[in-house]
Amino acid sequence: MTQQLDTTEIGAARGRVDARAKVTGTAPYAYEHHVDQATYGHLVLSSIARGRVTAIDATEAFAQGGVHAVVTHENAHRLADVSDGELAVLQSDRVGFRGQIVAIVVAEDPETAREAARLVQVTYDEEPHESVLDADSPDLYAPDQVNPAFETDTDEGDVEAALAEAAFTVDAVYETPVQHNSPMEPHQTVATWDHHDGRDRLVLLDSTQGVHPVRQTLAPLFALDPQQVTVEAPFVGGGFGSKGMPHANVVAAAIAAKHSGGRPVKLPLTRQQTFTLGGHRTPTVQRVRLGADADGRLDATWHEVVEHTSRVKEFAEQTAVATRLMYDSPNRRTSHRLHALDVPVASWMRAPGEAPGSFALEVAMDELAVATGVDPVELRVRNDPASDPESGHPWSQRHLVECLREGAERFGWQTGVPPRSRREGRWLVGQGVASATYPLNVMPGNEAEVEALDGGRYAVRIGAVDIGTGARTILGQIAADALGCPVGAVELSIGDTSLPFATVAGGSAGTTSWGSAIVAAARALRDEHGASPAVGAVARGVQPENPDTEQYSIHSFGAHFVEAHVDAHTGEVRVPRMVSVFSAGRIINPTTARSQLLGGMVMGLSAALHEETVIDPSGRMPNHDLAQYHVASHADIGHLEAHWLDEVDEHANPMGSKGIGEIGIVGAAAAVANATFDATGVRVRSLPLTADKLGG
Amino acid sequence: MANTPISVTVDQVTYEDDVEPRTLLVQYLREQLGKTGTLIGCDTTNCGACTVHLDGQSVKSCTMFAVQADGHDVTTIEGLAQDGDLHPMQQAFHEKHALQCGFCTPGMIMQSIALLQENPNPTEQEVREGLEGNLCRCTGYQNIVAAVQAAAGAGSAAGTQSEEGAA
Ligand code: FES
Ligand code: FES
Repeated sequence: MTQQLDTTEIGAARGRVDARAKVTGTAPYAYEHHVDQATYGHLVLSSIARGRVTAIDATEAFAQGGVHAVVTHENAHRLADVSDGELAVLQSDRVGFRGQIVAIVVAEDPETAREAARLVQVTYDEEPHESVLDADSPDLYAPDQVNPAFETDTDEGDVEAALAEAAFTVDAVYETPVQHNSPMEPHQTVATWDHHDGRDRLVLLDSTQGVHPVRQTLAPLFALDPQQVTVEAPFVGGGFGSKGMPHANVVAAAIAAKHSGGRPVKLPLTRQQTFTLGGHRTPTVQRVRLGADADGRLDATWHEVVEHTSRVKEFAEQTAVATRLMYDSPNRRTSHRLHALDVPVASWMRAPGEAPGSFALEVAMDELAVATGVDPVELRVRNDPASDPESGHPWSQRHLVECLREGAERFGWQTGVPPRSRREGRWLVGQGVASATYPLNVMPGNEAEVEALDGGRYAVRIGAVDIGTGARTILGQIAADALGCPVGAVELSIGDTSLPFATVAGGSAGTTSWGSAIVAAARALRDEHGASPAVGAVARGVQPENPDTEQYSIHSFGAHFVEAHVDAHTGEVRVPRMVSVFSAGRIINPTTARSQLLGGMVMGLSAALHEETVIDPSGRMPNHDLAQYHVASHADIGHLEAHWLDEVDEHANPMGSKGIGEIGIVGAAAAVANATFDATGVRVRSLPLTADKLGG
Repeated sequence: MANTPISVTVDQVTYEDDVEPRTLLVQYLREQLGKTGTLIGCDTTNCGACTVHLDGQSVKSCTMFAVQADGHDVTTIEGLAQDGDLHPMQQAFHEKHALQCGFCTPGMIMQSIALLQENPNPTEQEVREGLEGNLCRCTGYQNIVAAVQAAAGAGSAAGTQSEEGAA
């Protein structure tokens, strides 16, 4: 049990403290900072999927005038560490995927840089390549572990025997496509080299989810002490995982600034370039086998995953991990296999693992409900485990059943209605349900500093980043309660490596990890300086270890209820209504929390209806822009409700909160798919749920 | 490349400038005038982050050349507030919490103002269709609809939840 804060500010629905800057267009994102003497970078990307660059002719590019440098593998600044294949930008002539950086143009203005980049002539020696995931490939391999450090395979009991004896079984293959995070701000960096304290210094303004992680990653590449890299990210236009770790573009900006005559380089990615350089969600092929008794009680759960990874750098999404604990099933087997391809580097996208994995498991549960004749809500209730089946630990709280019951009531869930039995004009109408879960993640090592100012005010400093989540607002609320002062008395500084160390805004771990450090610093200030500290009194706090995370299984849960309409003639899907209920510990700020949850639900809905990046046999992503990679727009969305249980998880952290950035997306696409089955009687097992699959 | 002289009024200030014919209006605003409140989210006229008003009509400024603005009157997000008072649409986005990261916000506000000029009292569906060309990846759109309807004086939107208190 962690010592809980007395809450006054925590739990209050507070508006966003940076809203005024954002509605007036005065919030500076990375590129929007004014820097003197700026030059402009533009990237040249490979047009083959695998091979070598044999020649680069920049004659025409330079003929433009105003071109300062064309940086290639032949002249690029040498990195001290090339072990990370994604980040070893321009360090060799090798091409590992189509859309990889093969040159950087640095010019006087953005138009010149872009035109010159177009005029750079690159000649290749092309080699045979593979870019399309094949779940039956003989080359599949088992990674050492899956993201971030889970076991690749698990096997409990005798799943095959249990399946053989089961009264009812489901055995089906589910597929999810490549998806792109697509934050509205493309990745962009402003890089400058200068001298500080007699040493070289790399100064970055970056669109990132973590300033200290960028520093830690880039410093060794350039043989610098971490202190020689400063990173600022005061405002970030969304990330959803794609800015969670620095990608090649950040290294490219730092290299380009080695070739700009000491001037800063502004390097924005175009939207198209973000598709190959900013990370993506791996495609998955998932076979799920379930075995249950006559009452729908699970006895066997077998979830096998095949997904792609780039030959340039491995990323193994933990797609089946949540299946290990979702339902009570004595016999369980899960596995992950990778197909290494000549494709761009996969990475984190909102709820990596849970999002695609829940699509397969939760649609399979719907199929089991049909097979057994048990109502889909009741089936999930019946299979709710009393303790974590995987670790054997007690749950800190598991309120999935409450979420299901409350959601069913709010939604108006109907039992006993057969599929394809409701119709409104040309629309076939259906209802669908799916469960969600997401773990409490804690990132260790966070530090915060609190300083007493005059007038009873406090400065609170931590290098956390607000990528749009509301961190800047809620960390102030946490600090206020930790210090026992009004929120207006807190002056919070974030988003800069000059501040105490903070981990990434990812894994729904920010509030837990940063908030715990702020609470520790506030408690240290009170311990060291009392209730009325002298002006200038400073204390630092390090996020303490939480032993409860070893003794309890700490997870959030949720349930989505969707009404889908499917056009009886064309198969077009619309979602007029979605009601979701979450159990995520204490909600620190209902205003920012609701927005996060709704945003996650809509991203899941968007995945259900639209999102699919094609990688063709040539290794290209032909639909690499927002014209062809569709994300949900205003007109796609109907009536949405996000609710939560009024609760506190005292095992999680001093705030009693569990993180809400990702759970909204988990299970959302499955709920839509299940609703389209109910509407049509047609079972679609691959995303997105396009009209051709449901066809009239 | 030969430059072309233009005269353009931006946020009530008239600028006489030489621009390259290839320079997009959005680049002129951002790079030459320093009006970085207008943002760029795509290359394909899909996201709407760059939306400004040209003679009172909304345009995506990534889809126009600066020379096409010659002789015209441009308003950006930075020209909306008067003497520090927010425009009612800015106020509504603020109060209804119609933003998260804020990257879509300038364009969304400009388009919302244009929408109300055409249709002062839109239904929820009309708001959704009128803002279809402005993408937001963060908010789930619901509060944006509520903000536009609040600015229209239509009260809180049907089908949206109140922001106050836990549900
Ligand atoms: S930048 Fe103009 S529409 Fe996207
Ligand atoms: S608030 Fe982030 S894109 Fe709309």
